[in-house]
Amino acid sequence: MKKTTALLVTALASATAMADINIGISLSTTGPGASLGIPERNTVALLPKEVGGEKINYIVLDDATDSTAAAKNARKFVDEQRVDLIIASSTVPTSSVVAQIARESRTPQIALAPFAPTGDDKTWVFTVAQTNELMASVLFEHMRANNVKTLGYIGYSDAWGDDWHAVLTSSAEAQGFTVISNERFNRTDSSVAGQALRVNRGEPDAVLIGATGTPAALPHTALRRLGYKGLIYHTHGAANQSFLRIGGSALEGAVLPVGPVVMWNQLPDSHPSKSVAAAYARDYEAAHGEGSLSPFGAYLMDAGLLIERAAAVALQQAEPGTPAFRAALRDALESTRDLAGTHGVYNLSAEDHFGHDERARVLIQVSNHQWELLSAGD
Amino acid sequence: MDWYVFTFLTQDGLTTGAIYALIALALVLVFAVTRVILVGQGDFVTLSALTLATLQAGKTPATVWLLLGGASLVCVKMLAAAAREGRLAQAPRILLMQMTLPCVLALVCWLVEPATLPGALKVLLSIVIIAPLGPVLYRLVYQPVAQASVLQLLIISVAIHIAVIGISLWIFGAEGFRTLPFTSGNLDLGEVSISLQSVLVIGIALALIVALYLFFGHTLYGKALRATAFNQRGAQLVGVPTDLAGSHAFLLAAIIGAVSGILIGPITTLYYDSGFLITLKGFVAAIIGGMASYPLAAAGAFLVGLLESFASFWVSAYKEVIVFTLVLPVLLWLSLTTHHVEEEQH
Repeated sequence: MKKTTALLVTALASATAMADINIGISLSTTGPGASLGIPERNTVALLPKEVGGEKINYIVLDDATDSTAAAKNARKFVDEQRVDLIIASSTVPTSSVVAQIARESRTPQIALAPFAPTGDDKTWVFTVAQTNELMASVLFEHMRANNVKTLGYIGYSDAWGDDWHAVLTSSAEAQGFTVISNERFNRTDSSVAGQALRVNRGEPDAVLIGATGTPAALPHTALRRLGYKGLIYHTHGAANQSFLRIGGSALEGAVLPVGPVVMWNQLPDSHPSKSVAAAYARDYEAAHGEGSLSPFGAYLMDAGLLIERAAAVALQQAEPGTPAFRAALRDALESTRDLAGTHGVYNLSAEDHFGHDERARVLIQVSNHQWELLSAGD
Repeated sequence: MDWYVFTFLTQDGLTTGAIYALIALALVLVFAVTRVILVGQGDFVTLSALTLATLQAGKTPATVWLLLGGASLVCVKMLAAAAREGRLAQAPRILLMQMTLPCVLALVCWLVEPATLPGALKVLLSIVIIAPLGPVLYRLVYQPVAQASVLQLLIISVAIHIAVIGISLWIFGAEGFRTLPFTSGNLDLGEVSISLQSVLVIGIALALIVALYLFFGHTLYGKALRATAFNQRGAQLVGVPTDLAGSHAFLLAAIIGAVSGILIGPITTLYYDSGFLITLKGFVAAIIGGMASYPLAAAGAFLVGLLESFASFWVSAYKEVIVFTLVLPVLLWLSLTTHHVEEEQH
């Protein structure tokens, strides 16, 4: 009797699971990427719960910021859970290994890090994070306005640091400045005094720090301690409250580009992201405390909004859990138009799997230990 | 390279070198007495710094609950052993010995508003919370496998380190912390300016090194610990309680780690997982000392600190490569000059 009941329950469960939409989410909630992955995991509870009367199941796994673990998670999603879409992952290296499996299994993937595959490789991969080029472009405008001719650079010795350095050097000539130093540090380094000294001695007009979150504050404070008086730029990865807490008054005047969600309470009402970002920020901070908002969690929210819109279309064409549904979902994602998310407005196409425009970035500076809006980008 | 750059980098290198020296000493100490390579040594550093940062933020540090939980487990283990051997009469004594300090600390943290404590007491409280974690760790994990091979003990250490990092991420979160500086002054010597914070770090580290030297060279108990290190069975035969020696070595290591955390906290940003890199650098220094010599390990640590500082100025992208490559010639030298003695078989 017990056995039959168990069988029945399993049969029922699988019958309902057939109709549900299953999304596999692999995030870096431990390891070096944890400050990105944790707010993303916290956002899962705020994602759309159903679309067109179908329930959406989210299966969340941790990849420990490790490419091997991310690949293993993706295999599990594809082979065991038969997911309709994979959201992965928090960092570029972990996202790129998942992309191979997504392509092989013809499962659409949404990456939360600025991972930019090219050609056929990008067919199944969409990215919600802004490209570093897009974010850098608003910094270039600010540099031109402030007559910055020489730029010093201190960045992570990893993909993030490399990519920002590449963006700077590739556009330096066109933008009329020269990158005069390229120093690297590790997230957990106990001192960056040597690098800061080196950059300071070049006497650049401005310095850009290619790091994320609290580690970005260390080179900044080291430079100020050495008496560096010039402008200091940061990347959008640095924008969280812990960064402000750690850096203290040394951060005054730091300029950085961010997604609109960071400035949700200062955005003009005309900004398309205002209402979505405000709703997300309020819900998130209600659950996790004031000042806990992170731009990284908001990427997952945007992924959820993209899926909600695309799944409604795909459901009319196929049954969830089938290859036809996955293909329909991919096509629907690719034809997303004018979707207002927390990080700007998404207009995807076969050529552009990022879908951002200048509304995805605002320029801010640190003033009195708070963010202050410089320009809203629209 | 001018005089200013040279003195600046030297000062920076000596400051981090002092921290590495303390870690290296603790590693050598623990290895000598128990044959454990304590991968988690750096975790004591981050735990104490993050505990102090939490206290300074006016919150109750969760590490005190970690200590309470760990001590309770030790108690359960000891009581079970006592019950098995029919020594239940000792139960009150075991409870009193193991639980008094953790309970008092938990009560203090629970009853006293951390924000009202004076700064020095917060520092003291952080050290007192972290220090007993050493013996707790030894009694829970290493004592039952004290006779295992060095390799097995190393694997256990790696496992413990990963577990501690997980707990620490859970307690403190992924963002970094920095503690308030003890002093913000500078010592001006001509055009060179030396921060008092650096002087304080180097001074306290040197004082601790001298204290350890005196302890091991000139006290009976220190000599007994050294005897355990040389020959465990022989020490047992002449009446040295070797289990206690292990526990005390871990206590010393935890104290050294906690003090290092307090010293380094205001200088840099520490994360839940910063400890590993600090242990590794200390380990390089300990290897320079052949995992046996305290003065050589300390000298090696200052060398590592200086090398790191100068490398970060010239070729920052290859800094770690340069520091860790230092191990190769040292190992080559050691393997050519020392006679390999087979480890005592059990």
